[in-house]
Amino acid sequence: METYTLIILLLAATIRVATPLVLAALGGLFSERAGVIALGLEGMMLGAAFASAAVAAVSGSAWLGLGAGMAAGVALALLIAVACVTFRGNQVVAAMAVNIVVAGICPMLGLAWFDLGGQTPQLSNPGQRFAEIILPGAHAARSVPVPGLLYAELVSGHSLLVYLAAAIVPAGAWVLYRTRFGLRLRAVGEDPEAVETAGISVAAIRFQAVVISGLLSGIAGTYLATAASSGFARDMTAGKGYLALAAMIFGKWRPFPTLGACLLFAFTDALASRLEGVPLPVVGVIPVQFIVALPYALTVLLLAGFVGKAVAPKSIGVPYAKDK
Amino acid sequence: MNKGETALELRGIDKRFGAVHANRAVSFSVRRGTIHGLIGENGAGKSTLMNIVYGFHPADAGELLVDGRAVAIRSPQDAIAAGIGMVHQHFMLVPNFTVLENLILGAEGGWRLAAGRAKARAAMERIEREHGLSVPLDAVVEDLPVGIQQRVEILKALNRGAEILILDEPTAVLTPQETSQLFELLRRLRDQGRTIILVTHKLKEIMAVTDNVTVMRQGAVVAGVATAATSPQALADEMVGRAVSLEVAKGPAAPGVPLLSVRDLAVRDRKGVPRVKGVSFEVRAGEIVGIAGVAGNGQSELLEAIAGLVEPERGEISVSGRPVNGLDPRERRALGLAHIPEDRLRMGVVAAFPARDNAILGYHDRAGYNRGPFTRPARISGDCARKMSDWDVRPPAPGLRMSLFSGGNQQKLVLAREIDSNPVVLLIGQPTRGVDIGAIEFIHRRLVALRDAGKALLLVSVELDEILGLADRILVMAGGEIVGELSAAEASEEKLGLMMAGIGKAAHG
Amino acid sequence: MSAERAAPSLRWLEALVLPLANLVLALLLSGLIIRLIGESPLAAFRLMLSGAFGSQEALGYTLYYATNFIFTGLAVAVAFHAGLFNIGAEGQAYIGGLGAGLVCLGLGSLPFWLVAPLAIVAAALFGAGWALVPAWLQARRGSHIVITTIMFNFLASALMTWLLVNILIKPGQQSPETREFAPGTWLPSAHDLLARIGLSFAPSPLNLAFALAIAASALVWLVIWRTRWGYALRVAGKNAAAARYAGISPARVTIAAMLLSGALAGGLGLNELMGAEHRILLDFPGGAGFVGIAVALMGRNNPVGIVISAILFGALYQGGSELSFDMPHVNRDTVVVIQGLVILFCGALENVLKRPLSRLWSR
Repeated sequence: METYTLIILLLAATIRVATPLVLAALGGLFSERAGVIALGLEGMMLGAAFASAAVAAVSGSAWLGLGAGMAAGVALALLIAVACVTFRGNQVVAAMAVNIVVAGICPMLGLAWFDLGGQTPQLSNPGQRFAEIILPGAHAARSVPVPGLLYAELVSGHSLLVYLAAAIVPAGAWVLYRTRFGLRLRAVGEDPEAVETAGISVAAIRFQAVVISGLLSGIAGTYLATAASSGFARDMTAGKGYLALAAMIFGKWRPFPTLGACLLFAFTDALASRLEGVPLPVVGVIPVQFIVALPYALTVLLLAGFVGKAVAPKSIGVPYAKDK
Repeated sequence: MNKGETALELRGIDKRFGAVHANRAVSFSVRRGTIHGLIGENGAGKSTLMNIVYGFHPADAGELLVDGRAVAIRSPQDAIAAGIGMVHQHFMLVPNFTVLENLILGAEGGWRLAAGRAKARAAMERIEREHGLSVPLDAVVEDLPVGIQQRVEILKALNRGAEILILDEPTAVLTPQETSQLFELLRRLRDQGRTIILVTHKLKEIMAVTDNVTVMRQGAVVAGVATAATSPQALADEMVGRAVSLEVAKGPAAPGVPLLSVRDLAVRDRKGVPRVKGVSFEVRAGEIVGIAGVAGNGQSELLEAIAGLVEPERGEISVSGRPVNGLDPRERRALGLAHIPEDRLRMGVVAAFPARDNAILGYHDRAGYNRGPFTRPARISGDCARKMSDWDVRPPAPGLRMSLFSGGNQQKLVLAREIDSNPVVLLIGQPTRGVDIGAIEFIHRRLVALRDAGKALLLVSVELDEILGLADRILVMAGGEIVGELSAAEASEEKLGLMMAGIGKAAHG
Repeated sequence: MSAERAAPSLRWLEALVLPLANLVLALLLSGLIIRLIGESPLAAFRLMLSGAFGSQEALGYTLYYATNFIFTGLAVAVAFHAGLFNIGAEGQAYIGGLGAGLVCLGLGSLPFWLVAPLAIVAAALFGAGWALVPAWLQARRGSHIVITTIMFNFLASALMTWLLVNILIKPGQQSPETREFAPGTWLPSAHDLLARIGLSFAPSPLNLAFALAIAASALVWLVIWRTRWGYALRVAGKNAAAARYAGISPARVTIAAMLLSGALAGGLGLNELMGAEHRILLDFPGGAGFVGIAVALMGRNNPVGIVISAILFGALYQGGSELSFDMPHVNRDTVVVIQGLVILFCGALENVLKRPLSRLWSR
């Protein structure tokens, strides 16, 4: 029973850690399937985290915070799209530039507006955060041993954004594989010239794809600042955008495997905090850094072709020039 | 809808790319229900013109009329809406999509794919019945042979309701049989009232299938006639602007010892498809051996394997009696094997570098260009200036970035570099592709001079005239094998055509 | 207009006018942001300038920061010439510093003339080693080097945290740092060096590593533009098909260029650890690997340009930290913003100004 509770709690933590990863990774997937490298996830998430926390703090509404987070994500996405699609700039450079600008400007604005050393004020009033939703009957279920605990801790008790993240994967897959937009998007990522000759604007599709990545990263950043914690702190994404990108690569640019990779990475993270300093049988204390490094090491191994083969969209990273 | 006689009319189309005047006030009209040929040399501006018609480039000036009405075509979307379809030289298909997905791309018929897919499948089956054009709808495009891929392209255009169909050099990748099948299809489409524009530089194709022909030279229209009222010779003279003979002045060859020998060479491409299947031949000192064949029959791979760019599956290659298997291109160069690649502007030069750095590409580790660990900039620059003046490369500026030279001048520098290295064996792919007429004769003279100096030359060209004019001995490749050998004296276009087809009957129309 | 005449002036445009124009744009936009948070941009830039160059000590700090950026800028540039985007300079510098630090900790009893070269070699080897895996994966297995170098930054960070927390930590203290290196292994400071030839220079962290960075710049220039190896590297970077045609193996160039790149990044450790901190501590590269991207882009991957833009960024860093005394709302973060904007304008948006400017230029 003890172990069972432990596992349930571990899985519940996994879901919470996975949520921003899933949202951002799916956004990245749309961007990359259209041929635009999604290195900007980190910056878009961080920008959204700041914007949502700042607006939630000032307005007292988490929903306005979400709107601000999404707006910030989209604004940064538009900047990347203008640089990469309109002006055919180097996609890696554009994304790194956005990540660095955001890393500097958020604490700078935070300091100027709130004078709290770059942070936003604590979101302590109930309406300022996306609180955990207790599903009907969760309290009662807690007393039922096995399935009850599962329902109370794992299914119930997450913020709205967690459930949104859970729904967004099948929705994303449906859009990608079952709609006209998805077909065109996948075609642009493979062979933009063929798409242009079919009478479709490559630039328009890429813009839309990048904006989607900004929107989803925006939700992810909002989750970090207004659900997972209560306010913005300097560099609070701490590489989660890159981790989401890694998860998307690990998921071979497909929605459901990407979800799996996010859960796997989140699980290692949840495990790391559980195992910190706890001696295990046989191996003893595993240094927490090894577990933290695991997702990155796995991604490298995958890219090396040692764990299956990941084939990237063919046109990725290549600016499309109509008049060559 | 009342439709006039004229399906498409171009009025004063003008286009510049920087210093290049690609189209000069081009005007002509295409009658409905005809096959209209557009012919001209490489670089005459045909492709630019068609890309303007299809909305890829905006014209600087001029007007397009479809069915007698002026239309503004700013994107392929506009062109499709105006009933214009285009089959590009390089197929515009998404390689890892299925045929059906490619067919519906851009014409999905609604935002949900399922409905569009079903509708397209039904439409395709109808088109198949009408035109006898069958394609495997659920196959992935990259797994299909080029002939079928081209059919997918044509179907794609028809599926979008194209009344005017432009085909840009459609036969370059086809075998003679596939070519005649294509021409039959084009005639059927014409007889159903569609209008076809066939862009080509091959006189034979114009004579075989078109009703009318427009000739372009240096960006301008120089003639427009009914095909029945003209002759290949007249068209050729118009294309070039003066009476040309592609006859090359040369004496008989005096072949000496074999300098290049190839034994049982087999090459597979990256996908593992066999492209060269056990080829053996020799090239002797003082002779030019030409390899004829339809593009895509293994000639390119053969050349790359000899040059050391791809690793052969099996077989032996030797230069002056020394085996070169396993050596990289630089080590082969050191043994006197020079290579003028087919795609010179992609592989033969680094566009971002100044000319002087391009003039040593592949020879950059030669003693003359280096002292100790360091290069010798003055020597490299002087050497480049000399090559430029020898070969009349303009402008003669070694410090100028390569991309600022015209295509023809970039080519000349590549030729200068390779021929100037005084090779024992010279490999040449498509020697005059993209070169202007004036330079062709110059290049041919140089090649003959090299032969007369006792070198061995191996020439690959899809231009039969060029092979016939230059080669002392001709090998014909089809399906990755050498299917025949002819001496210059006994060769003729008809004989070569028969051999290229790989069967005993002529397939060209 | 003949192409011949256009060429040299175009080169000036690309080498000087464009980077400067982009820098001005980046500074204008940063000024706007400073204005937005209620400070005067002009006053801020003036304070920054005097904070960076106003005294010998300030100059010392500026050049000390610039030393880091020269090393990482060169690292990014060498990879760039080979057509590779090395985002991993941060991790390579981190591990390179570990190499230098281990030599200083382990062989601290040896004389300086022996331990210093050993430490330099170790920094280069460790940095190169950390670049080798992503390089090999790109060359032989086609893994995207941008992604793998990012992953290796995180791996380096995890590895160093583990080492410093569990292995190298000085016994009996809380903060994850090693013990101080033996003074015999310290790189002499500019203050001491100049004093030896009778010049007085205020004490600052500026040390011999600055001279090493300048020497490395000269060496990189020679190697890239004046050796056949550099020629091969540039060919492979611009046109892989032409490289193969010329008998240059792009895979081999990839590996060699990344080794050199990682070794250069390792140079940061010399400045930071042997020159200034005299111990190994957490996160000592402090983002200099990413500043290197801005420096290389602005310096157009040319060592001369890199030295100049590294000094500029050094001044921004030093000036920025001085600034926060007078303007509490303008600080290091402002510098990070400027750095990002420089990358944005000089890198991602370079095409924006290029066309109108070159049209204006060739009039």
